Amino acid sequence: MTDMPPDAPIAPPPKSRMRLALESDVFYTFRRSPVAVISALVVLVLVLSSVLAPWIAPTNPFDPSSLNLMNGFTPPMEPNAFTGETFLLGTDDQGRDVFSTILYGMRISLFVGVAAVTFAMILGITLGLISGYVGGWLETIIMRTADVQLTFPSILVAMLIFGIAKGVTPVEYRDQMAIWVLILAIGLSDWVQFARVVRGATLVEKNKEYVQAARLIGRTPGAIMLRHILPNVLSPVLVIATISLALAIIAEATLSFLGVGAPPTQPSLGTLIRIGQGFLFSGEWWILFFPACTLLALALSVNLLGDWLRDALNPRLR
Amino acid sequence: MSKTVLSIRDFCVEIPTRHGIVRPVDGVSYDIHEGEILGVVGESGAGKSMAGNAVIDLLSPPAHVASGEIWLNGQRIDQLKGEAMRKLRGKEIGMVFQDPLTSLNPLLRIGDQLVETMQTHLNLSDSQARKRAVAALEEVGIPGAAERVNSYPHEFSGGMRQRVVIALALCAEPSLIIADEPTTALDVSVQAQIIALLKRLCRERGTAVMLITHDMGVIAEATDRVAVMYAGRLAELGPVEQVLTRPQHPYTHGLMASTPLASAGKDRLHQIPGAMPRLDAVPDGCAFHPRCPRATEVCRRPPPPKVENGLAACWHPLVEEEKVL
Amino acid sequence: MLAFIIRRVGQSILVLLVVGVVAFSMFNFVGDPIDNMLGQERTAEDIARLREQLGLDRNFFVQYFRFLQEAIQGNFGVSYRQGRPVTQILLERAPATLELAAVSSILAIVFGIALGVFTAIRRDGVLAHVIMSASLIGVSLPTFLIGILLIYVFSVELGWLPSFGRGDVVDLGGWKTGFLTASGLKALILPSITLGLYQMTLIMRLVRSEMLEVLRQDYIRFARARGLKDRTVNFHHALKNTMVPVITVIGLQLGAIIAFAIITETVFQWPGVGLLFINAIQFVDIPVMAAYLMLISVMFVGINLLVDILYFFIDPRLRADRTGGH
Repeated sequence: MTDMPPDAPIAPPPKSRMRLALESDVFYTFRRSPVAVISALVVLVLVLSSVLAPWIAPTNPFDPSSLNLMNGFTPPMEPNAFTGETFLLGTDDQGRDVFSTILYGMRISLFVGVAAVTFAMILGITLGLISGYVGGWLETIIMRTADVQLTFPSILVAMLIFGIAKGVTPVEYRDQMAIWVLILAIGLSDWVQFARVVRGATLVEKNKEYVQAARLIGRTPGAIMLRHILPNVLSPVLVIATISLALAIIAEATLSFLGVGAPPTQPSLGTLIRIGQGFLFSGEWWILFFPACTLLALALSVNLLGDWLRDALNPRLR
Repeated sequence: MSKTVLSIRDFCVEIPTRHGIVRPVDGVSYDIHEGEILGVVGESGAGKSMAGNAVIDLLSPPAHVASGEIWLNGQRIDQLKGEAMRKLRGKEIGMVFQDPLTSLNPLLRIGDQLVETMQTHLNLSDSQARKRAVAALEEVGIPGAAERVNSYPHEFSGGMRQRVVIALALCAEPSLIIADEPTTALDVSVQAQIIALLKRLCRERGTAVMLITHDMGVIAEATDRVAVMYAGRLAELGPVEQVLTRPQHPYTHGLMASTPLASAGKDRLHQIPGAMPRLDAVPDGCAFHPRCPRATEVCRRPPPPKVENGLAACWHPLVEEEKVL
Repeated sequence: MLAFIIRRVGQSILVLLVVGVVAFSMFNFVGDPIDNMLGQERTAEDIARLREQLGLDRNFFVQYFRFLQEAIQGNFGVSYRQGRPVTQILLERAPATLELAAVSSILAIVFGIALGVFTAIRRDGVLAHVIMSASLIGVSLPTFLIGILLIYVFSVELGWLPSFGRGDVVDLGGWKTGFLTASGLKALILPSITLGLYQMTLIMRLVRSEMLEVLRQDYIRFARARGLKDRTVNFHHALKNTMVPVITVIGLQLGAIIAFAIITETVFQWPGVGLLFINAIQFVDIPVMAAYLMLISVMFVGINLLVDILYFFIDPRLRADRTGGH
């Protein structure tokens, strides 16, 4: 500060991006909405704890050497009858710490959800831009495919894709590939929304003066789509992506619960619930209860956040 | 003098907002007599529709009547609520909205809409109501009424639909009609027909009409007396020839001068400088003073005199011989 | 109107043909059908005979055409896992799914519309707010968790209702129904609530927002201005207009119910086609998957067609101009 030349013109310091963000309307409505703040906090805590799972989790549930079968079926916060060990959320039949399996399971659930939505988003934006900007028979094929796919619930489409992909995968790789197949299946079942919105916006923007001008000065169609049209559709895409994330997490959990998703060697929250359901009648409620609560908290908070985001970015929609 | 149908006394409508309370209607008083057509004129946002909606108790919340009185045929109605008010609507007060394209339920036959309305208010059998529905359509000049009674709204043109709307408003023979911009959404060629129809029906039945419009042509054509509103307040009230040809309030004068009808033959239209204030920023004193060529210090402070005995709400009314412009 | 329906039927057939290509491709490209059908002991003759029989030596279009011919006659081959004709297996299990779906749909539609109308009319009421908040949780709650929750409360804790299966069924000439026995009806309660709840939430939210939109319209204000009773305005004028956009979505939801039955059937071990499909995916039983896909497509397309035709009876504007849009 002191080594500044004394005659330097005093200009107001440029506002940092952080400052601009904090002063924006969206952030204002965010602070005013307790539901949004709480949901964001819950999402943040859940995401952080799943990313940091290897450091937070008391045990690594997938390391057989750390497991002790004697610890099986320990209720939460009670010392085990044989070993005297205590577990925050209890243990399952194999003596795995439920808290640790939830952290690792949520990791897989979130990874599949985020990857599937990213995949759907890239696919949908690309196809939407192309069909809106290029038009013609390409557009017809893309949008007709979208229409046919929309006739079917996306969970069914995902199951079908999962089944087919499983069929073409050699048996010995099936468990290893399951996560990627899951991402592919959920992603492919979910691109239509993105494509429709992007195509609609592209059709509107395409004819505006600035796009015409960019075309006149010789920009390539690719550059025009990426630099000029894409930024205009980002906010609806963001809203759809958030809501899709909640749906993708639920879809993954559903598929895994049905036994056509994440394998028992890489259990997601859905797999854990599938396992836990078997102990519902024998009284070991905690094996089911805590993963279910985690899934609900995750899905609900992402959903609420998406709901709020839709209202904040587009006040005209209810 | 004939019987007074509607009497509004010192009437205020308020809307609470984040920035305080605004008053779209502020201390308005006027009467309408049997068989008389009162024109309520003003710019959009002057509170003329709000006053009409308040009379029939159809203000959309949070707008509400804050003070004042409304009397209909000697009965005070501004305090009536719920069922009692509902029975007055349609039966004693008919309403005609601006856009005939959206005023009719697209999924119901117009005959059914008429029958339903009449049976709500009058003790009629189905066949009696049907017969009267056809008669009502004939009365508003719909050709082939006997068949058209079974048509759906989309099968009529805009002008014909407004005739249906008028038939609906009049079918239970109310003593007052509130017509809120009844011709604004119509083609110019149809406007005159609708105005003539409204005029004829009301003269025949002795119905009182509150004709809300911003169109000076409609005022000149149809009304007996005119109330001029500005920023929620009454600026001037008087017989139509007087208001049109010898306005007292500078605002009315400016309004007349800026109407193509009145300034025919002149090179260009007169403009009132500035714009009507937003309702949350109505100036103190006379609301018109910032735009008024005759404003003096007195106009800024106390509220202007109330409209009465044919006098305008102005400290410096134009007198007959005077020509400002 | 006729032209419109013909066009819609044409589109439906097109969708079915596309789905047919998918199902057909599954047969032919996912795993080797010869492998799948003949098992371990086979001779070169067997293979050649089967290739010819299946028409695998012909080109794609000839094969596809043969597939369609077979499919129309309801012939989808033999389940790899059970060794019985797929159509026979599906038909055995269809009544269980259809009965479950029918009860759930009725629950979803009746309660969805009723609650939607209620929350729209009493928009600012406390109860309406409670219902709306609960519905947001309902949307985020995966179907299988609802099922597990119901099982826990009503089967494990209270022991009132069975947690799996259909109970006793009565055979009505091949159609095994659970409607006629007490245990069959009891067994239906939890699965149908599970299946219907999510759709009910969606229908309710949709009805509410559409109805609020309609209640803002001029013709509703005009109806009120004519002094019509609140009941008439809400249920005769507003509800009818609300239903026009809602019907399409309800149609889609009914299709979705049949698909979502997969989840409910798994939770409750309900012996319907959904459970069959999930097992088929787990064991890559392609003929069952393909047949299920075709079956469910026919249902979806049929429901969509019905919905379109239903429009004509509700919206007079469509009857007048065939161009559609309003």
